[in-house]
Amino acid sequence: MKLKQSDLWMGLAILAAFFVLAWLPLAPGADGWLSIVVPITMYTVLATSWAIFSGPTHYVSLATAAFFGVGSYTLALGLESLPYPVLLIIAAILGAIMAALVGWATLRLSGVYFVIFTLGLAELTRQVFTWYQNNMGGTRGSYVFTDLTDAHIYWQLLALALLVYLVGWLINRSRLGFAIRIIGGDESVAKHSGINVAWSKIVLFMVSGSVAAVVGAILAPRFVYIEPSMAFNPQLSFMVVIMALLGGTQRLWGPLMGAIPFAFVWEIIASNFPAQTTLLMGVAFLLVVFYIPNGISGVLIRWYHKARSKPGVSHE
Amino acid sequence: MKLKTLSTLVGAVTLAGAAVFSASAMAEDTIRIGAAAPKTGPLAGGAAVTYWPNVELWAHQVNERGGILLNDGERHPVEIIEYDDRTNPTETIRAVQRLATSDGVDFIIPPYGTGMALATAPIFDRLGYPMINVTAITDQTDALTARYDGVFFTLGKTTPLAQGIARLAADMKANGEVGNRLAMVNVADAFGIELAEAARGIFEEEGFDIVYSTSYPPTIQDVTPIINSAQDADPDLFVAFSYPPDTFALTEQAQVSGLMDEVDVFYTAVANAFPAYRNRFGDGIDGVYGVGGVNPEDPAFVEYKEAHMAVTGAEPDYWASAVMYSSLQVLEQAIEGVGTLDRQAVTEYLKNNSFDTVMGEWTFNNQQISNYWTVGQWQNGDFYGVGSFGDMEGTADPM
Repeated sequence: MKLKQSDLWMGLAILAAFFVLAWLPLAPGADGWLSIVVPITMYTVLATSWAIFSGPTHYVSLATAAFFGVGSYTLALGLESLPYPVLLIIAAILGAIMAALVGWATLRLSGVYFVIFTLGLAELTRQVFTWYQNNMGGTRGSYVFTDLTDAHIYWQLLALALLVYLVGWLINRSRLGFAIRIIGGDESVAKHSGINVAWSKIVLFMVSGSVAAVVGAILAPRFVYIEPSMAFNPQLSFMVVIMALLGGTQRLWGPLMGAIPFAFVWEIIASNFPAQTTLLMGVAFLLVVFYIPNGISGVLIRWYHKARSKPGVSHE
Repeated sequence: MKLKTLSTLVGAVTLAGAAVFSASAMAEDTIRIGAAAPKTGPLAGGAAVTYWPNVELWAHQVNERGGILLNDGERHPVEIIEYDDRTNPTETIRAVQRLATSDGVDFIIPPYGTGMALATAPIFDRLGYPMINVTAITDQTDALTARYDGVFFTLGKTTPLAQGIARLAADMKANGEVGNRLAMVNVADAFGIELAEAARGIFEEEGFDIVYSTSYPPTIQDVTPIINSAQDADPDLFVAFSYPPDTFALTEQAQVSGLMDEVDVFYTAVANAFPAYRNRFGDGIDGVYGVGGVNPEDPAFVEYKEAHMAVTGAEPDYWASAVMYSSLQVLEQAIEGVGTLDRQAVTEYLKNNSFDTVMGEWTFNNQQISNYWTVGQWQNGDFYGVGSFGDMEGTADPM
């Protein structure tokens, strides 16, 4: 596994980009920016980690909200007794364990059953937490009082994004990444080639779940008051899927291309047509599905190839 | 085609980016007031009763007077800038931020609902906007006011609200008006759990025998088993810390099964004080207890109710509506008291003065209003406050 020179330059360019982005909270008028940049960064991290698993395997996971909620409550419940960084690690471990259990139970099933199960998972976890609060916890874990501002949350998300890109890149280059691409292509072929199909899928799902749980933990201080309906909001799972698909899941940077335009279009709609957000968003989705089914990154890649080929020669 | 779509999209994004981040031009003579609350999502129904009509009524009345009187000797009309937060705290945070930075409003009416209000408290604090909360009910008000200098609470804390019915029942038991056997149920969701937990302690302390106790999920469809089990336990009191859909369902089923006639005290919680509750059940709920209350005979409330109906076409509820309107009166009086739009000065003014509202005279103590209705009762089509925390004038006798 040798590093190509182009990879090295790419890595340096990405590091430079992150370095520049890290200064954003110090820019003038940053408060206004941050309240839109924090969700963008959050969705980028969630959608990218989602695509690491769901992109190559084509298993659509709607469990993001379940992992996110577990992370949020890990932080809320532990904040009084444990230091903050430890809680982030615990959240990551819990997310991975949960993903392993769910993956072990369901990833042998075919895609449709998996989708339904993961959708139910958020509701199941939410009920378990509610049961806990109702019978033992009382209001414990409902309040998160910290001094963390949007800037702190943004920096943490940025660091996590860098980590996710690194992990995603490493996976792509590894035997696991190769195996998972074969599985995505044809599962039977993969099995016959001696690939441990279930194990490969579970490992990737654990990466994805663990990242979502950490994001939940990082975001918890932003909301001060945590309710199950908010922490386990199924809408989050759908938003992540939509953004990842809008951006395209073929490349690691695809979901980023989805999260940014999505957030800006949403902002336009919300500030100009505050009463019609849901309607206009639905129309926007229809247009996306009909006109750019391969995602924005797919379109960009095609442009790139077109530009490199001789004029007049079409690849379509 | 695809190329075209994408370029259109990119164009739209660029244009909108410019529109969003350039501060909109401000008219100099109007006072701009922001409001962010649900128009869609789970809490839209509650906001449509308690929040939006009062914003509309207040703005209408202020502008009818010509506006808010400032030091320049002129009246400045108010302009309301509204956002739908879709009952999603992330959206609420963004909406409040947008109001403060892009729209540059002078004041912001706090969001609706505890979760969404508390999520924005740090923003109000950081940007220096006074925040006079109404529909934010928590036991953590002391921690919050200590933390955030300009954050105020008006509708009460969770524990006294839940204990309102428990204290009232204890008094009635001491007078021999009600028996000892209590059936208590709660919706297993944030606020329902908090209320139930707070009330249970008092009920046990006061020597009530809890003969039936259960919780149910907020998504419950059929409450028949709950009412039947409660009825089998032969209670003297039925207390439900419920949410809007189940408040209605439990009441209806209790009427059908006869439980409501068998018990001496029948209590449901959130949305009990909504006019829709009375409109649905009519005389059938005479004597039913619920959380909250008003003094419906108070001339100030009667006048407020008439204005509310005339301007918005709907009746106010019998708990938070009048408090919501009062919070806006307080804001108006504080701005007039200061005479400028200096938000820091308005916050200070709020802390150090008394205000004349439809809920009576308000003085903030530790940034909180510490007298409020906790339990009320339907009597001949009106909902009367029968128990309060602190001292409320015009407490009615339970019938």
